[in-house]
Amino acid sequence: MTGDAQPFRLAEGGLIDRTQSLRFRFDGQDYTGLAGDTLASALLANGVRLVGRSFKYHRPRGILSAGSEEPNALATLRSGAQREPNSRMTVTELFDGLEAESQNRFPSLRHDLLAINNLVSPLLSAGFYYKTFMWPAAFWEKLYEPIIRRAAGLGRASTAPDPDHYEKATVFCDVLVIGAGPAGLAAALAAAQGGARVILCDEDCRPGGRALVERRLIDGKPVAHWAQDMTTAFTALPHATLMTRTTVFGAYDHGTYGAVERVADHLAAPQLHQPRQRLWRIIARRTILAAGAVERPLVFPGNDRPGVMLAGAVRSYLNRWAVAPGSRAVVFANNDDAARTLADLAAAKVSVAAWVDPRTDIPAAVRRAAEAAGAVVHAGAVVEATRGGTALRGVSLRDAAGRSTAVDCDLLAMSGGWNPTLHLTSHQNAKPVWRESLASFVPGALPPGMVVVGAALGSLALSDGLAEGIREGLAAAAACGFAAPELRVPETDVESIAISPLWRVKAKGKAFVDFQNDVTAKDVQLAEREGFRSIEHLKRYTTLGMATDQGRTSSVTAVALMAEATQRDVAETGTTTYRPPFTPVALGALAGHHRGPHFRPHRLTPTHEWATRLGAVFVDAGMWKRAQYFPLPGENDWLVTVCREVTAVRERVGICDVTTLGKIDIQGADAARFLECVYTNAWKSLPVGRVRYGLMLREDGFVMDDGTAARLAPDHFVMTTTTANAGKVFQHLEFCHQVLWPHLDVQLISVTDQWAQLAVAGPKARDVLRAVVDPDFDLSNAAFPYMAAAEVTVAGGIPARLFRLSFSGELAYELAVPARYGAALAERLMQAGAPFGIVPYGTEALGVMRIEKGHPAGAELNGQTTAHDLGMGRLLSTKKDFVGAVMARRPALTDSQRPTLVGLRPIDRTLRLRAGAHLLPRAVTPDAAHDQGWVTSAAYSPTLGHWIGLGMLTQGPQRLGEIIRAWDPVRAGDVLVEVVHPVFVDPKGERLHD
Amino acid sequence: MRIPCPCCGERGVEEFAYLGDANVVRPTPDAPAEAWLNYVYLRDNPAGAHDELWYHSAGCHLWLTVTRDTRNHAVLAVRSARDIALARSA
Amino acid sequence: MPNATPMRGVAMRCGCNNARFPIQGGLLQRRGGTVRHDAVAWGYARGADRHGVDIIQNCEVTGFDIEAGEVVGVRTTRGPIRAGKVALSCAGNSSRVASLAGLRLPIESHVLQAFVSEGIKPLLDNVVTFGAGHFYVSQSDKGGLVFGGDLDGYNSYAQRGNLPTIEDVCEGGMALMPNLGRLRLLRHWGGIADMSMDGSPIIDHTPLGRLYLNAGWSYGGFKATPAAGMCFAHLIACDAPHPVATAFRLDRFGRGAVIDEKGVGAQPNLH
Repeated sequence: MTGDAQPFRLAEGGLIDRTQSLRFRFDGQDYTGLAGDTLASALLANGVRLVGRSFKYHRPRGILSAGSEEPNALATLRSGAQREPNSRMTVTELFDGLEAESQNRFPSLRHDLLAINNLVSPLLSAGFYYKTFMWPAAFWEKLYEPIIRRAAGLGRASTAPDPDHYEKATVFCDVLVIGAGPAGLAAALAAAQGGARVILCDEDCRPGGRALVERRLIDGKPVAHWAQDMTTAFTALPHATLMTRTTVFGAYDHGTYGAVERVADHLAAPQLHQPRQRLWRIIARRTILAAGAVERPLVFPGNDRPGVMLAGAVRSYLNRWAVAPGSRAVVFANNDDAARTLADLAAAKVSVAAWVDPRTDIPAAVRRAAEAAGAVVHAGAVVEATRGGTALRGVSLRDAAGRSTAVDCDLLAMSGGWNPTLHLTSHQNAKPVWRESLASFVPGALPPGMVVVGAALGSLALSDGLAEGIREGLAAAAACGFAAPELRVPETDVESIAISPLWRVKAKGKAFVDFQNDVTAKDVQLAEREGFRSIEHLKRYTTLGMATDQGRTSSVTAVALMAEATQRDVAETGTTTYRPPFTPVALGALAGHHRGPHFRPHRLTPTHEWATRLGAVFVDAGMWKRAQYFPLPGENDWLVTVCREVTAVRERVGICDVTTLGKIDIQGADAARFLECVYTNAWKSLPVGRVRYGLMLREDGFVMDDGTAARLAPDHFVMTTTTANAGKVFQHLEFCHQVLWPHLDVQLISVTDQWAQLAVAGPKARDVLRAVVDPDFDLSNAAFPYMAAAEVTVAGGIPARLFRLSFSGELAYELAVPARYGAALAERLMQAGAPFGIVPYGTEALGVMRIEKGHPAGAELNGQTTAHDLGMGRLLSTKKDFVGAVMARRPALTDSQRPTLVGLRPIDRTLRLRAGAHLLPRAVTPDAAHDQGWVTSAAYSPTLGHWIGLGMLTQGPQRLGEIIRAWDPVRAGDVLVEVVHPVFVDPKGERLHD
Repeated sequence: MRIPCPCCGERGVEEFAYLGDANVVRPTPDAPAEAWLNYVYLRDNPAGAHDELWYHSAGCHLWLTVTRDTRNHAVLAVRSARDIALARSA
Repeated sequence: MPNATPMRGVAMRCGCNNARFPIQGGLLQRRGGTVRHDAVAWGYARGADRHGVDIIQNCEVTGFDIEAGEVVGVRTTRGPIRAGKVALSCAGNSSRVASLAGLRLPIESHVLQAFVSEGIKPLLDNVVTFGAGHFYVSQSDKGGLVFGGDLDGYNSYAQRGNLPTIEDVCEGGMALMPNLGRLRLLRHWGGIADMSMDGSPIIDHTPLGRLYLNAGWSYGGFKATPAAGMCFAHLIACDAPHPVATAFRLDRFGRGAVIDEKGVGAQPNLH
């Protein structure tokens, strides 16, 4: 259809901008719509009524509703990486250039080959794949399931990364009002007039709710004008915030609400730097839920034909979008509210053939409305069938006496009543309560701080909604300490909400309850017959309510039908639990900025840029980026680089950034006593100016962490931890101080990020330091021996801390300066070390050297090992209490059969050892029963010229010299190794004391 | 979920680390093995009011004893864990 | 497996070049897969029923009858039931039921949230888990992606969790599959996970005679259903643990023979 002709657009009226034409494409065809249209209203304006195929039976489907509850009209919007399947046409704001495709059909909507499913539908009834496709068993995996999977789902997701970005924000308020219909507007303005901070959210692009679609009067004014005036008054108040296109999707604990704002979905693409959507966490002291109600379809054969719509939706299209959804209508309803449709159709010059009402006693006002619209009244009657292939052509009515009448029409407006939109009230597990007079559920217990008003509460009358809104708005403001003025309740025109429930029409043919998942009234009965009588089983067996519309047009009817089938009350039958999100939320919005490289933070050391300039390759150590090795130009093999670094350190000198290791400053009169409590070994006796290795257990007796503590003053220690456990240890120390030993006079603070710390290691380390540490400090071996610690200055007065610690086993120090000097210190050390052939070294070389020295590290301190396992049993003091002391003595922790730390040397020196290999005796079957341990760490030692390893081996230290097997089936490794002492290099530790 | 920190005010749960039951008291080193088993491993794990330890890791580093109903997450009371520990040993 | 390329081919397309933690390798279990959980429950129920088991619904145990240190029956909301043996398999409610027999267990009940997306055409044929993000995902036969991640981290019987965990899980999803951004979360809910003190299950006698316990499966209970059932049945019938389950003793905590695969110690929310 080309040109601007929209054959079903009404000449007047509507909240659309007739001056702004928008072009759009649907299933390859070009159309025109107007600004203010949704995709659904624009399609209807163009006379397009077939918009989809149902999930299972591939039945032709049209637009059922005008809101987010839409089960049928789903399109895939946009293309490529921005492809968005399962988008509801009824809430998709039209923009120029919009492209949409219908889903779940092949090759086209009109001619869908899979409509054949409809013919074999008896085989595909509810629960079919629990009963069919069972034989032969092997065919399930190879044939049946793949076919079922390919038929599943509606739209197809893109496989390219989502190119849009999403923001998150948190906002606090006194009163959150959810829903900007009449009740919500009344509540929000009332609360805001008292001075409370009020946020008013609505999922629609403009406030008003049903005030935008009903032709009613408030205080004599058209209700749409009243809504506009209320909005203007609200947004003029300083602490009032209106958020449109914002769906509050979840009610979480303690007044926390999740909401998603569709910032740019109504545009062709987000503008530069604009997020596509924004996730809001709204923290409210009080909440007023004014989410309205959703109309219920009626259940009768053929109720899913394109052209069958909810009566309220018909009014929406007529009044808000100036679209006639058909040219000759029948209205089928069991309630008075739907009678408004008669006048609205007549005003739009749509001929109304009939008012079909199952009630025999039809109110006079309804009869008058029907007569005024020229419609024949059929009392005590139902629609028993519809006809027409892909478009409605007529209905068959059946009166109380059972006589059938055929009526031609292309539009059937149906209404079974209204279901309060109470989902948010149930997000904290409260069940709704059945109200017989409404033939629906109303909120039961409410989340703390929340009240409900208007249709969401079951108060369908506009006058009630306004009164409740004002009352609760004032009450909410008062509860937050704001006294608000008395407000008058406006007057509304006359209304009636009388209803007589009709849960299904008993007639032959498929009568749909859940349109999207193709669940019929018969399926509900089938479930009951097969024993799935509980409402939870009904849902899971038939999938009723589990589609993308989350059962919003089906769940209440389903309960009533199951109640009928099981001859119970609806109240007794109950509902399933409504869960967030209220409408589906894009995963990108929930993830926000933490994508790609920003999934987790980068923690960079003070020397990061310096290392980058030197060409370092970095490794992730938790969130940290640490320099792993520093390849020189021409070095293409990491092993060559690492060996060079190790050799350089052992022969000359090297520096390595060890800032990432946790540093904790501990001060107070009881600082030493505190260390006694948390470490296994002795601390009171540590002299000032000395550092000591410390082992820390968990209370369950296993090793938690190791590190050092240096005594800078009688009441001042600086503790180090491993990189991985820095946070955990600090939390543990705070626990020990505050909860276990609260009397101790001690304070702690983490200073990991405050100090840059560099290791300077190798025979020339002292020479290098002499050029960096200010000369007033005596660095001689006598004055500053192994395990000494001191506060010093460097580079002419910069405060620093020097520790003579060695992880490498060489003459070594660790020098700490305030973090902002870290890079400069590295530069200065490299300059000072140039005459000595200094190299930077990274975590790989660090690792090789500590393995050569048999130092346990993360691979050995894996949370499952004990002090004894690590050969550190002697560090467990027997003279004091400390964390873990008692539990460490349990039988299984002191069992002599436990794997303990050993060194491993391959018999064939050319073979590689790999960490993770299992240790087994030779000449036995390699299996779990013979498993005796595993290789924890492995490295190529340039110092020795072959691979070495550390491992945990049953009774290891008693088996030195034994030859066992290191078996690695995952990487095809099978190496004979000799069990040796774990210290491979300088076992007497002579170099440490140089 | 939000925890009212006595020092910082009501803050989101993401600022805190959770440890567990606050009513288990560390036995003396010479207490019988069963006392230590109870302390480290056995728990009431009630459906109802639960005294539990939370640590304000992203804030003031206070350890808190929070009384919270595990059936609906309602926070009933919050106290400094250190105050309780001091009072207990007094 | 050191070579990342075949792993990427098997799993899915993901933003590997731009990732915070690029994929370096993986493990592939070819025999693994998914199963419709309701069908499992219903299938076992039918099978038990056919073997003569009386399945009594809406029947809550409110107490135990104990004589001379042995359990001889239970009291329920529908009346007392005498029994020669009583076996508890109450998952997240294990502590509550055990307390009726005067027992305290090394278990905390925690909320574990689960998530499902709108149904889409087949995108993923495997179950993928991603350690650095604590995230798992698979696609059901109805087309929805089923995914989840960490516990919320606090004791709970509420069967629901909070936003920070939801956001974390979705971040993990986007880290693994950046094309998920436009796919929509359809529903999320929470269950009660019986987290044990070492993260491993307990299949054992209890200190009370004739009372057996199967609990502490943490968040791995469903996938262990057939094995757990077989081991527990063996224990109840033979009064001795099944050979593969001998380590899952209740007294292992006192002895120190804990099965702490994560190495995090006696803190359930870390397992």
